[in-house]
Amino acid sequence: MGQYVARRAFLSVFLLLGVSVLVFSIMHMAPGDPVMMVAGLEAPPEVVEAIRKEWGFDQPIHVQYFRWLRRAVVLDFGISLTTRERVSFMILSRVPNTLKLNLAAYALALCIAIPVGVYSALRQYSLFDHVGTVAALLGVSMPGFWLGLMLMIVFALKLHILPVFGMGTWKHYVLPAFTLGAAQAAGLMRMTRSSVLEALHQDYVRTARAKGLAERVVIYKHVLKNAAIPIVTMMGFRFAYILSGSFIVEHIFAWPGIGRLAINSLYSRDYFVVQAVVLMTATMIVIANLTVDIIYCFLDPRIRYD
Amino acid sequence: MAKGTDMATEETEYLEQSWALLVWRRFRRHRLALVGAAVILLLYAMAIFAPYLAPYPPNDVNPARRLELPSLAHPFGLDELGRDLLSRVMYGARISLSIGFVAAGISLVVGVFLGALAGYYGGVVDNIIMRTVDVLMSIPAFLLIIAIVAAVGPNMLNVMVVIGLTHWSGYARVTRGTVLSLRSQEFVEAARAIGGGSLRVILRHILPNCLAPVIVLATLNVAGAILIETSLSFLGFGVQPPTASWGTILNTGRQYMRNAPHIALFPGLAITVTVLAFNLLGDGLRDALDPKLKL
Repeated sequence: MGQYVARRAFLSVFLLLGVSVLVFSIMHMAPGDPVMMVAGLEAPPEVVEAIRKEWGFDQPIHVQYFRWLRRAVVLDFGISLTTRERVSFMILSRVPNTLKLNLAAYALALCIAIPVGVYSALRQYSLFDHVGTVAALLGVSMPGFWLGLMLMIVFALKLHILPVFGMGTWKHYVLPAFTLGAAQAAGLMRMTRSSVLEALHQDYVRTARAKGLAERVVIYKHVLKNAAIPIVTMMGFRFAYILSGSFIVEHIFAWPGIGRLAINSLYSRDYFVVQAVVLMTATMIVIANLTVDIIYCFLDPRIRYD
Repeated sequence: MAKGTDMATEETEYLEQSWALLVWRRFRRHRLALVGAAVILLLYAMAIFAPYLAPYPPNDVNPARRLELPSLAHPFGLDELGRDLLSRVMYGARISLSIGFVAAGISLVVGVFLGALAGYYGGVVDNIIMRTVDVLMSIPAFLLIIAIVAAVGPNMLNVMVVIGLTHWSGYARVTRGTVLSLRSQEFVEAARAIGGGSLRVILRHILPNCLAPVIVLATLNVAGAILIETSLSFLGFGVQPPTASWGTILNTGRQYMRNAPHIALFPGLAITVTVLAFNLLGDGLRDALDPKLKL
């Protein structure tokens, strides 16, 4: 058990190193001098030289990488070139907003997806199942930012019952959380439906029915418990996706989170901020996945042996 | 001897035929997938023949009638410069459909190649490739893509290449799995025993067995690539105006949504219909090609 956790943790650290190499190289993918990208094209030569020295752009590339990594580990990502604030402060002060929105969206997605998924599986090929399947497909196919715009037009601009954008009261959560949650709900619903269907066709369910258990007991004790394992894993992995989708939703709803920060920084070519956001979200995703893995191995002891 | 080979080829031909027939029969039963396939064909026809089908030239401006709501002459209305939206949406199909197709093609080639390498050679090669897959899967793909595209320059070619190069992990996993499970099978050993080199064994004997999952993945992948491309263009990091693309039209729609909500409505509908069609086709293909497949 301990060994398994240790191995997984070690792999995660390794993974993060790989992520950091990729993130570091983004800066160097652009044609031309990275210093000019950082300093801006109109920067006076002495500023350019100062930045080159401070960030070690005059050093060989591997020296630059390790220097950057050493600072990144202690969350030192430098100073934003547009706002002159510390990058780590800019990010950390916005993380709670992103987490709040994502958790709201996720909770909404789960509240819709799990009951609908379970019910459609139990009533396979019924009208409810068909409507649910079509709705899920639509949810997966619709671009989130478009759904967001449409909801904004209808509920904020035409009906005036919800705020257009920003963050404040609970009403501000409704539209972005729904936009973000819709695609998640669709994916989770399909997952839930298929795992429940699979559990329904297992031998132990037939046995449970054969020995005369009430259908309610069969469903709750035998089907749903076993269907829960793949759903729990999926929930962890989905969290990574939801974080990914949150960038564009934060952008259109002007939500003061890290997604909006990242996109604004891309517009102003503030690459230190972009690098830091990618690295920090990747870290959150890796930690989320590690946590799921560990929970999973408590839930299902068979996992450890493969 | 000659007769024996004939019989063997005949038999494989027969088997292949019946497999294709079986797949087609199963696919035909899937009515929604048929609809998806038909819609995709129509969309491609619309994209290819856009210059003949579009009622107006897509870049003809008419400032006097800007932001006009849909009417009989202009079923989708006019945009902020008085350009016909229907024509622009039809031209936009060219961008999204070709980017989706090419990006998915790049992912397919890269993923299948690396997956086959990983599965066939194992060891260090396998480790390096599969850890790279893990790294790619733990970065929020969308942000990575915009950051790279913004760095290398937003244009159609870069968008295709960057989307393609960041979405091959699914193919690599599937191919590696199949190769691993087939590597030590007798027919592979036999092929190697009669002198087949690694490349020949991989291409002729192992890869055809990955066909089913790869086709399904590719179909769903086109849908995903179109969603990413439109998001990129929407944010201004994709295809640049004045070229008509669904994402850039939506971006304008966002600025004028108070007075002219139709500008945002129609390109979004086009994206939804397209992505939905590819998803339906993918689902149908999955059921038809291999009902046990889990993707």
